[in-house]
Amino acid sequence: MSFVSRGFHGRRRPDVDPARIPPGQYLESDFPVLSAGPTPHTPLADWTFTVGGALDAPRSWPWARFVELPAQEITVDIHCVTKWTKLDTAWKGVAIDTLLDGVDIHGKWVTAFSDGGYTTNLPLEDLTGGRAWVAYEYGGEPLHPEHGGPARLLVPHLYFWKSAKWVRGLTITLEDEPGFWEGYGYHDRGDPWREQRYQGD
Amino acid sequence: MAGTALPGRLSWLAATAVELRTETARTRSISFEVPGWEGHRAGQHVDVRLTAPDGYQAQRSYSIASAPGDPLLTLTVERIEDGEVSPYLVDELREGDRIELRGPIGGYFVWQDAHRGAVLLLAGGSGIVPLRSMLRHRAASAPGTPVRLLYSSRSPSEVIYRHELAALADVDVRLVYTREWPRDWEGHRGRIDAALLAAEAWAPDEDPITFVCGPNGFVETAASALVANGHPPLSVRTERFGPSG
Repeated sequence: MSFVSRGFHGRRRPDVDPARIPPGQYLESDFPVLSAGPTPHTPLADWTFTVGGALDAPRSWPWARFVELPAQEITVDIHCVTKWTKLDTAWKGVAIDTLLDGVDIHGKWVTAFSDGGYTTNLPLEDLTGGRAWVAYEYGGEPLHPEHGGPARLLVPHLYFWKSAKWVRGLTITLEDEPGFWEGYGYHDRGDPWREQRYQGD
Repeated sequence: MAGTALPGRLSWLAATAVELRTETARTRSISFEVPGWEGHRAGQHVDVRLTAPDGYQAQRSYSIASAPGDPLLTLTVERIEDGEVSPYLVDELREGDRIELRGPIGGYFVWQDAHRGAVLLLAGGSGIVPLRSMLRHRAASAPGTPVRLLYSSRSPSEVIYRHELAALADVDVRLVYTREWPRDWEGHRGRIDAALLAAEAWAPDEDPITFVCGPNGFVETAASALVANGHPPLSVRTERFGPSG
């Protein structure tokens, strides 16, 4: 059991609905930036988004065609494993369902890969069913490079390291293959409501 | 379950504060005895959890300031004025008080014992904390490794570990002041930028590894400038401090 830390009373926020803050998280109004290396700056002329791996035929979109795909506007709460939660973030992006529409998929796992070498792994079912997007606008503006622009994965029901910045594609895999942070001990799935921060949580 | 070590998971451990040291007006180092702690690598961090009498809990992450070989686990915490956990740790916690922590966490922003080349450490403000762990670790385990530290602070009074850094015999420590500096100061003034890094960082052909830690604006500027100056992106490892109240 936990014990009381003498003299600690906390600073509860009466204006916050506790049902929207997962365990161990606190409300943040800024948008902190976290990443393991320098911010990549890939010119849009060189940018493509690719879906490949264990499927019938890989597909790829250059930037100009990607932003012509049917897009959605999404307002969601996001939760970073470093403890902050930000409410009502507004994005525009393409649903993963749209990118996978009509594809014959042979695997149950996905590795998202990014400029700069970052990867993260997810079960395919966490990316489908209207729960994940490739987002390229935030707050009505092009997504800033520090926040993952030109485009990032958006999987708001998992901790935000799963929402890979600077994402360039998805690889369908037959086995679950740990991504970057997952290989350093972070949880394989990362459900904030179960507080799955690290392996074994 | 504090104190219950389960294999394969990071358990919450009870940590007793045994040494407190004021570093600057806004920062304090707290050294803990942590039964069950299994060690860390220089650069890693821990999660801290506090519990109020009514059961309310708050968690934050803090970099580890001590070296792996140090006898106590030390955190150096900067007070965020409207924060929840940092004011408690900096102002309220006393010797003998207990908190919970778990870790170590992270594995990329860590000192590489296998790296034989030069190491550049770039600190902005309290971003010095994990780099101090690396410096202490190097002194104990790899004293021949060439290391240069560029440390940007607002003013001399905000330099954390000032005396310890001044006493480092074979580390090239270069302080940069952004707002106030001593009257006879001949070092750099103003924010770190590409020109300063071109002059002060190891050259790319010396194949250095660089660790950058500080507020996001500092890290973004420094890391981008290093890449612009020819350093491979994968040689630049960053840790960005968001607000950690």
